[in-house]
Amino acid sequence: MLEFLNGLAAANPEVPGVLLRVAGMLAFGALVVFVFILPVAGITSWVERRVWARIQSRIGPNRVGPGGFLQWLADGLKNLLKEDVIPQAVDEPLFRIAPYLVVAGFVAAFVAIPFGGSLIIADLNIGILYITAITSLVVVGILMAGWSSNNKWSMLGGIRSATQIISYEIPLGLTIFPVVLVSGTLSTQGITAAQGWAPHTWHMFHNPFLLVSFLLFFVCALAEGNRTPFDLPEAESELVAGFATEYSGMRSLLFFLAEWGNLYVIGALVATLFMGGWQVPRFTDDPTLLAVAQFFTIFLKAYFWVFVAMWVRATLPRIRIDQLMALCWKYLVPMALLNTLGTAFFMVLFPEGSLVVRIALVAVVLAIIFVFARRVRFHLARARGLGYGAV
Amino acid sequence: MSVEIEFTDDHGSAGGFATEEMTLNMGPQHPSTHGVLRFVVKADGEVMRRAVPDVGYLHRSIEKIAEKVGWHGFMPYTDRVDYVAAMTCNQAWAMAAESLGGVEVPRRAEYCRVIAAELGRICSHLLAFGAMGMDIGAFTPFTHAIREREMINDLLEELCGARLTFNYLRIGGVAWDLPPDYAHKVLRFLDRFIPLVDEFDDLLSNNKIYIERLADVAVISPEMAIAYNLVGPNLRASGVDYDLRRDRPYSVYPDFDFTVPVGKGTWGSVGDCWERYIVRLHEMRESAKIVRQALEGLPGGPVIAKVRRNFKPPAGEVHIRVETPRGDQSWYVVSDGSERPYRVHIRTGSFSAMSIIESLSNGLMIADLVALIASLDVVAPEVDR
Amino acid sequence: MAGAAECGGGSVALVELSRVERDMEIAAIRRLLHDKLGAAVGVVEEGPHYESIRIDDDAVERAAMLLRDTPELRFDCLSNLSGCDYPGRGAIDIVYDLYSYEFDRSLVLRVSTRRGDPLVDSVERVWPAANWLEREVFDLLGVRFRGHSDLRRILLPEDWVGHPLRKDYVEPEQYHGISTVRESMLGIRSGS
Repeated sequence: MLEFLNGLAAANPEVPGVLLRVAGMLAFGALVVFVFILPVAGITSWVERRVWARIQSRIGPNRVGPGGFLQWLADGLKNLLKEDVIPQAVDEPLFRIAPYLVVAGFVAAFVAIPFGGSLIIADLNIGILYITAITSLVVVGILMAGWSSNNKWSMLGGIRSATQIISYEIPLGLTIFPVVLVSGTLSTQGITAAQGWAPHTWHMFHNPFLLVSFLLFFVCALAEGNRTPFDLPEAESELVAGFATEYSGMRSLLFFLAEWGNLYVIGALVATLFMGGWQVPRFTDDPTLLAVAQFFTIFLKAYFWVFVAMWVRATLPRIRIDQLMALCWKYLVPMALLNTLGTAFFMVLFPEGSLVVRIALVAVVLAIIFVFARRVRFHLARARGLGYGAV
Repeated sequence: MSVEIEFTDDHGSAGGFATEEMTLNMGPQHPSTHGVLRFVVKADGEVMRRAVPDVGYLHRSIEKIAEKVGWHGFMPYTDRVDYVAAMTCNQAWAMAAESLGGVEVPRRAEYCRVIAAELGRICSHLLAFGAMGMDIGAFTPFTHAIREREMINDLLEELCGARLTFNYLRIGGVAWDLPPDYAHKVLRFLDRFIPLVDEFDDLLSNNKIYIERLADVAVISPEMAIAYNLVGPNLRASGVDYDLRRDRPYSVYPDFDFTVPVGKGTWGSVGDCWERYIVRLHEMRESAKIVRQALEGLPGGPVIAKVRRNFKPPAGEVHIRVETPRGDQSWYVVSDGSERPYRVHIRTGSFSAMSIIESLSNGLMIADLVALIASLDVVAPEVDR
Repeated sequence: MAGAAECGGGSVALVELSRVERDMEIAAIRRLLHDKLGAAVGVVEEGPHYESIRIDDDAVERAAMLLRDTPELRFDCLSNLSGCDYPGRGAIDIVYDLYSYEFDRSLVLRVSTRRGDPLVDSVERVWPAANWLEREVFDLLGVRFRGHSDLRRILLPEDWVGHPLRKDYVEPEQYHGISTVRESMLGIRSGS
């Protein structure tokens, strides 16, 4: 993108180059926001409701559009038209800014997320660092929302969120270290380029520590995204709606937009860091076709993890705040540290990686998936026996 | 996983920063209060020092109403005492009136009552199960429980035309006999339902997070349970093996063979939240057994005794205790020989359960309070009447 | 898993037997109380459905303590505590329904207190369950309990006037400007 703008600036010397670059980046950013991020966040809400409904033997939204597909648009429209209630006793400037800050935090993360070999807003050389840093803006927004609402439940939610997100930043960052060690770069494109399209070339199969890192990363990312079982900040049955209690209309929707959008960020990060990102076999020389294939590859990989997050949310209860902290500091942080050390040792032993280890790890994961699939089949068969085959 | 919290009366004056207790108002409208309950919570951050229940938001003066409507006329109001398990409240009132008036209930009517009451118990426990999962943050069990509850509601609707406030019992018997082919329908439901209880176990009971959240939380010792007059599943979860249906049998319960589940401390201590939860799950199985036996042994004959329209029991007073899903419901009914009850007092299971919360609350976390309320299966209308 | 406790039922005959035993014992319990508390313990009152022991209002707590702590009685549970207004006698009766889990035995205590100034010993220190039950009686019948730790209204609002379960209670026309009378939609005036 930057190269393109540089070229544009060179071709039009009468316009100040900086202005052109800034305007160009903003225009491109807006395009990505409106064409990709908002629809993805919206559609994720529809998918989540349908997946949930299916798991809970309900139907879910099915009225607006085919299979209820346009439900997210209807909801968005409804929320835009709703009155924006601002309670009298709130700290108004903070209360108004908070949702924007949350949305800004998650939208800004998309800057460094690769959608394909050439599809990235800016291939920052500190890409992954930038993402972890900028997503922390979300916690500021949530804390602001909780504090400014002048409501004790909101404040508890805000404080919970701050504790949770700040704590989980640490294991999250530590689980990224091994990936950076292996690929030798912080750039998201560089990390993707260090992997191949075949599963055994993915980072998650590089060595056993990275496999564990991958699992830890997903857990921490769920906690970062306030998803069940870590949805304490908005724990419905405890804190009503947590930090979002006093919000209504579009402002309230923005929080949830950020949550659903964050899901995609989590999925895309998992895909980029551990699962080969947009890597596809070089089946054609046509760059456009290749870019489309790459885009769909990473999109599907990311969406698989979005689906898993929904599945987890529909299955697990919520843990308590002290358990949350204990899990983070007593288990995740030490394990993540060990992984970093382990990967470093592994790198010393096998500087080029080991194909045997890779194949073995793929086999292990396949075996786990096989056992899991058998269990699923057993439960499905039992449910069918009870007359719950087809919903 | 748990944290050790030291309590100091002077809030952190020992060198650290000064902290301040926060007063939280939980309810009357709060997602986890199962109706309209209110707690005034004194909390030090997430840790509670004290949670004072404030009840009465659903007070409908049912006891006063009883003094204004006739003996027969009070029956629909008893549904509203505990609308989650209306059938057993009906039963208590019918038993009180029959006991005062010396009415002999036909055997078939007693069987119909037991079938209805036990189906109602499954219904109530299903709601408790689902709501408890919901309060701990697992949303899926709720819809699965409600799906099954709908089927019982259908069955009960077929029996008496209502799905929630049944008004099925009458003084001297029941309003209607079982509809044709009813036994077959109920048995078909039970055949399908009981394996599902195992599925509930898979879904929720043995979930690691669920156990961590509930085991060893808000432990009630048997002595404390008795002193606070906890009843029903809450009492049994504390290890007191007592069930009115077995130990002070009424109606035709001696005819049936069933076990009484008691808390065993599977994952934590006897009397913790998880035990209270699992006892209810097991009771569903036992209730299903009773329904099955009642349907098999259903005698013939009339379903209602001859009771005067203008029912005037002789002066006197009775204490009736009935095992409702929320435990021993104690009715004190006084008759002065007139066509209206002189005094009715209902001590419900939820009332006792609510009164114990304050003494348990110190040191629990706010999330634990939610778990505690859910595990005691407090139903707000039953507290307030 | 919880589960296999001794299985239920017990025959009807057995139940009848234990009821007879209970009936025999009430006189003995009364004698025991009488020995300790003297004249404060009244007679055993026969009723059509059960008997009760009458106790003076200032001896309830002592009697309760005895009933709970005497090893052969062990009434460890206050199952119910109700009040009933008898304007004809000028009295309010408080009825204690006790239960012993150990011996599976019930006992009813009955206390009469003057309607004009109803005051009864609290048994909260004996059975914590009495806390709320006494508050309820206070709320609805206006009986005060001596030594109760927290005697407030429980079901009705703090500022409610009167005690609705008294027989001479007249419902106020309005509460905080809200009418307590609802016009019938059929045009028939409701209320008695």
